[in-house]
Amino acid sequence: MSKIELMHIDKFFGNNHVLKDLNLTIEDGDFMTLLGPSGCGKTTTLRIIAGLERPEHGNMLMNGKEIINSEVDYYAEPSKRGLNLVFQSYALWPHMTVYDNIAFGLKIKKLSSAEIKRYVMNALERMRMEEYGKRYPNELSGGQQQRVAIARAIAYSPELLLLDEPLSNLDAKLRIDMRVELKRLHQELGTTIIYVTHDQVEALTMSTKIAVFSKGCLSQLVEPMELYMNPIDLINADFIGNPRINFLDGKACKQGNKLKTYCSLGSYIYDAKDMTDEVTPTGEFNCIFGIRPEQVQIEKEPADGLIAATVYANQLAGSETLVTVHILDSQTGKSDEVLVKQIGIEDYRTGQKIYLKVKPDRFNVYSKESTRLIKYARI
Amino acid sequence: MRSHKPIWGERLKNQVINIICKPYNMIVFSALGSLICLILVPLLLMVKNTFILSATELRRVQGGQIGDVTLYYWKYLLLSKLSGANFFTPLKNSLFIAFFVTIAAVLLGFFLAWLMVRSDIPGKKWLTLGIIIPYMIPSWCKSMAWLAIFRNGRGGSPGFLAGLGFNIPDWLAYGPIAIILCMVLHYYAFTYIMVSSSLRTVNSELEEMGEIQGADKLYVLRKITMPLVMPAVLSSAIMTFSKAIGTYGVAANLGLRISYYTLATKMHDFIGSGSVTVGYCMSILLIFMASGTIFANQIFIGSRKSYETIGGKGNQYSVISLGKVKYPIMLLMGGFLIVAMLIPLFILVMETFQIHTGGGYGLHNLTLYNWIGKLENAKDTVNYPGIFNNNAFIKAVWNTVKLTVIGSTITALCGQLLGYICSRGRGTWYGSLVEQLIFIPYLMPAVAFAAIYLSMFSKSYGPIPSLYGTFTIILLATVVKHFPFASRSGTANMLQIGRSLEEAATIAGASFWKQITRIVIPLAKNGFVSGFLLVFISIAKELDLIILFMTPQNNTLSYLAFQYSKEVMPQMSDAISVVVLFFVMLIYFVTNKLTGADIGKSWG
Repeated sequence: MSKIELMHIDKFFGNNHVLKDLNLTIEDGDFMTLLGPSGCGKTTTLRIIAGLERPEHGNMLMNGKEIINSEVDYYAEPSKRGLNLVFQSYALWPHMTVYDNIAFGLKIKKLSSAEIKRYVMNALERMRMEEYGKRYPNELSGGQQQRVAIARAIAYSPELLLLDEPLSNLDAKLRIDMRVELKRLHQELGTTIIYVTHDQVEALTMSTKIAVFSKGCLSQLVEPMELYMNPIDLINADFIGNPRINFLDGKACKQGNKLKTYCSLGSYIYDAKDMTDEVTPTGEFNCIFGIRPEQVQIEKEPADGLIAATVYANQLAGSETLVTVHILDSQTGKSDEVLVKQIGIEDYRTGQKIYLKVKPDRFNVYSKESTRLIKYARI
Repeated sequence: MRSHKPIWGERLKNQVINIICKPYNMIVFSALGSLICLILVPLLLMVKNTFILSATELRRVQGGQIGDVTLYYWKYLLLSKLSGANFFTPLKNSLFIAFFVTIAAVLLGFFLAWLMVRSDIPGKKWLTLGIIIPYMIPSWCKSMAWLAIFRNGRGGSPGFLAGLGFNIPDWLAYGPIAIILCMVLHYYAFTYIMVSSSLRTVNSELEEMGEIQGADKLYVLRKITMPLVMPAVLSSAIMTFSKAIGTYGVAANLGLRISYYTLATKMHDFIGSGSVTVGYCMSILLIFMASGTIFANQIFIGSRKSYETIGGKGNQYSVISLGKVKYPIMLLMGGFLIVAMLIPLFILVMETFQIHTGGGYGLHNLTLYNWIGKLENAKDTVNYPGIFNNNAFIKAVWNTVKLTVIGSTITALCGQLLGYICSRGRGTWYGSLVEQLIFIPYLMPAVAFAAIYLSMFSKSYGPIPSLYGTFTIILLATVVKHFPFASRSGTANMLQIGRSLEEAATIAGASFWKQITRIVIPLAKNGFVSGFLLVFISIAKELDLIILFMTPQNNTLSYLAFQYSKEVMPQMSDAISVVVLFFVMLIYFVTNKLTGADIGKSWG
């Protein structure tokens, strides 16, 4: 059970400023994912929490207790923080058996051998690895090593469990199995978990909260579905979602408490309650519409409110069909490309005339200048 | 939560705790301190000493006093009437030798490497053995073998050919040609090892692409393969040059009899029986030249090194068919190896059983006296017992074993420790400082390095007594000189132990010492053993490094062999060489069997 507060954390590697004034609170019992592309500072944050790196500035509290106070150069030892860590490489000691790997930390805590045995077997059981205690790590498959690494980390019921891209070395199928396993573990143990990944699907499916990192800064801290619905800026919008979100250039203008917008998909007016604080208060300005591929539907016959378009390419993927369509902007005469995701197998010919049905409430609108979200999507 | 003490006080307290409670910091600190004291300070002191007037030359500088700043030594070496004989002729000789050794050794090494890696020459296994084993033979042993064959009547002990009635002229028996050939047969191994490993990394797809474009094999070799291995060739050329310019043993053994001096032998002369400080000046110049070439290498190759990483997938390299000529080439190579390596060794061994060298192998001329004879059974003019009854030999065996065992243990341990610092400190100031300090002994020819230590430790400093003539100074010089090699293998060893293995232990609550004893040492064990044995071999072979420190009390086998050779007692020196050879080979095969260590990782 653990609440972590990071305050004004700055971390440098040489001249490289990898974490910039990071503020992040992780509530007790959260499954918090630190998400971002490589080099964005997420692993560094994890290592600072673990005590493997020391930030140049900032403070950290765990359950209100001071863990880091850079002002007086105080850094609690990793072992005093009541946490455990699963490394990306698993870091299983190759010269010890599975049993000894898990027992190592317990021996250091000077538990009796009966207790050690109980803890080790309990951890192995939890990870369904009871029979493998006598094996050496190199006698196990990647997935089994992964389970041992997790068993080692949870053996002494840490208050906080840190996971550093634990699934990145597994093949696609194992990865999905382990996702289920980790989620189960979180529910069973009730431990606070901090999970680092660059895989958005892992983040969206497992977490209770996601912290999106970008270039050493925390750019957004939200629940998974909110992150998908309303990425805070163009970078996050582009990063989250597969297939990628469509971006369409447009114009917007705030009139009274309404936001008037225009793009090749048509003109739309939004209420004040949908707007963020980032809206340019006066005059017309350039904006970018963010439209998820599954929010557009294709109709074969024209009807009221549908937008005419032409099929450019058609990709069948079994459970879904990805259709690239071109829309002619009647005002500018330019053609916009939009990717549409249809469930099931649909067949379209290149050049075929089709008609698009959209849900304007679901659109995100971003300011082109600040790249920030100016209009929320609503369900 | 926050204490009421002033912030700076608490900050200071925590900082002190952070440093004191991290044994790692203390280790880095003491390692840096020792490296500075053992490498940087001696070097700077020696440079300083060459500008200070000492008692020996007091009479030569008018109105001078001991301790005055003077340019006398440098002027004497570079600008006096004797400069020609003392410096410029040896310099010319050294450059001449190094130049031809480099050309011939690189060509030979490249050719052999290409044949072994890229051609379909038959009998590769045996040929590889024939190529790599000679590298284990110390270079000074090769010069002994040369003498066993080519020695002429000078001094009364004819060699093999002279015994057959050939009149061997001095220019063939001794001097530059002999020196160059002996060194070539030693240093080709640098090129062989570097180029063959580089050739192995050239992805055959690169060459196959050339062939698909329509180039024939020779064109592909010239335009694609050669440029790709060029950095390795250049590196080995420069390494060979820098080694050849500073080699003492071969040059002394084959040059001194006809007063043919190189920089290394002249410098030794000065330090042994002349103006010591002038000798130090020469060693500075020698270091300057040897390290200059290596720095040139780094500047030269630096940007092109990237070639070497074009590894691609595994060891996929195509083999080029030699067609019908492959058997003639194999025979030629086999013949060459036999003539250049096997026969000299055979003659060297046989000479130890001869009563009169050059007297043929008839039974009447064979004896075990040189090995086990007692002085009372001696015939003719022989006035020494066989080596196993020779106290000097027994003492040298003991000294050699003591030096190699203690020296390699300390060196290998330090190497692992320094390797630990280098690998864990990558990218930090102390990591790179340690790495650079360790590299310095590598830049120095062994004789010059010994000169530095002699200069530093022949005086007493406070509590440290003068170490001149002690075992300690030999040990110290041996250990430090082998630091680069030992710590390189230590670094490689430590890099294999992922940092996260230690971090996982930190998180489990293990102290630094527990991490070291429970995680690092068990995992580093194998690498340590192979590193240890390779250093062991290298120390057992050593002559150049220790020759300046020798006193009758602390002779080693290599020095004794060299000494007997100088006194024209060939049977004795050969017998000792054979013992050293046997010792080295034995250790190598044990190493190879135990750890699979590769001699290619050893240094000459």
